[in-house]
Amino acid sequence: MKKEWPLWEVFIRGQHGLAHRHVGSLHAPDAEVALKSARDVYTRRNEGLSIWVVQANDITASSPSEKGPLFDPSQDKVYRHPTFFPMPEELKGL
Amino acid sequence: MYAQMVKSTGAAVKSLEEMEPQERAFQERIDAGEKIEPKDWMPEGYRKTLVRQISQHAHSEIVGQLPEGNWITRAPTLERKAILLAKVQDEAGHGLYLYCAAETLGVSRDELYEQLHSGKAKYSSIFNYPTLNWADIGAVGWLVDGAAIMNQVPLQRTSFGPYSRAMIRICKEESFHQRQGYDIMMKMAFGNEAQKRMAQDALNRFWWPALMMFGPSDKDSVHSAQSMAWKIKLNTNDELRQKFVDQTVPQAEYLGLTIPDETVKWNEERGHYDFADPDWAEFFEVIKGNGPCNKERLGARVKAWDDGAWFRDGLMAHAQKHALADAAE
Repeated sequence: MKKEWPLWEVFIRGQHGLAHRHVGSLHAPDAEVALKSARDVYTRRNEGLSIWVVQANDITASSPSEKGPLFDPSQDKVYRHPTFFPMPEELKGL
Repeated sequence: MYAQMVKSTGAAVKSLEEMEPQERAFQERIDAGEKIEPKDWMPEGYRKTLVRQISQHAHSEIVGQLPEGNWITRAPTLERKAILLAKVQDEAGHGLYLYCAAETLGVSRDELYEQLHSGKAKYSSIFNYPTLNWADIGAVGWLVDGAAIMNQVPLQRTSFGPYSRAMIRICKEESFHQRQGYDIMMKMAFGNEAQKRMAQDALNRFWWPALMMFGPSDKDSVHSAQSMAWKIKLNTNDELRQKFVDQTVPQAEYLGLTIPDETVKWNEERGHYDFADPDWAEFFEVIKGNGPCNKERLGARVKAWDDGAWFRDGLMAHAQKHALADAAE
């Protein structure tokens, strides 16, 4: 039996209706303890309204060395940005 | 400071021209102020030095709970006790943020604890001094946390992403620590004669160990150059020590306390206070394990870990049993 408690990643939703944001990680034997520990470790000063914990092993991450090919498809589609289309200056509301 | 004597590669810093392309690209990212993230390529020396530095810092936070924990049950009022508890809990949190940052570099939490418990890893020399009277708790917050802030504020800009983010969290919480300490010092220094004597006594004993927190003098600090090139150290030991003295002398004057160094004097020409060196022989002895409380501190830490083993194992066994039961459903 592996004795070290598994690693959990902690996400907190702050006060102003924003999305949950990664704040750090911690070790805990299960999800219930991970949630309680996350409260003590990451919200001692009213930082959050809601906590998510996810086992770090369950996260699939992209590799920084592949960031070229991974993000390349969005590089050549400048027309996705509104500034691609010059508009007549005298017009309003565009 | 919390990481006082971090060994780096020991080799001279390479120029960009001397580096292989991969290392050169890495150094150029650092020079451009980019953050390095755990999965990025990094030189082995960078990884190893960072593991040493971050874990030393984490160990200091954890061991740092012990001198203050000593006073939780003896705090003079319920309010002071609640405040001290909250502060000590913060230190535990700071240790946890930092351990997690170190673990992103591929070392496990159990390995890090093992290094601390076996004496292989160091923690700050300051925590090997005893806290003998209540004013010591004031002096620790004022001087020790004050010195820590001096070092940690620039480290928010360090090149390694997880370390930088941990430092940002820590700095947000640290100013409470320093202020609660100074608040205790004001109460004591402006109290009756006996209280004032206790405050002066605490300053006398913590002044020199606080100066030692910044590590050896620059001329004896062999590993600084590489760490500074990698931006895992942002200021030299002597720069930070001077800054600390400049900030602290007027604070002591306000309290009506005397810095236990007759050479402390404003130097108009330099625009800084002059001050004497701490006893470096004592510093190296404490680092080697021969300070007044090294054995007690490490002993208490190892005992807490060993005594908690049945509890950690029990929770793990419980979790595994339930995971199996859930899978069978």
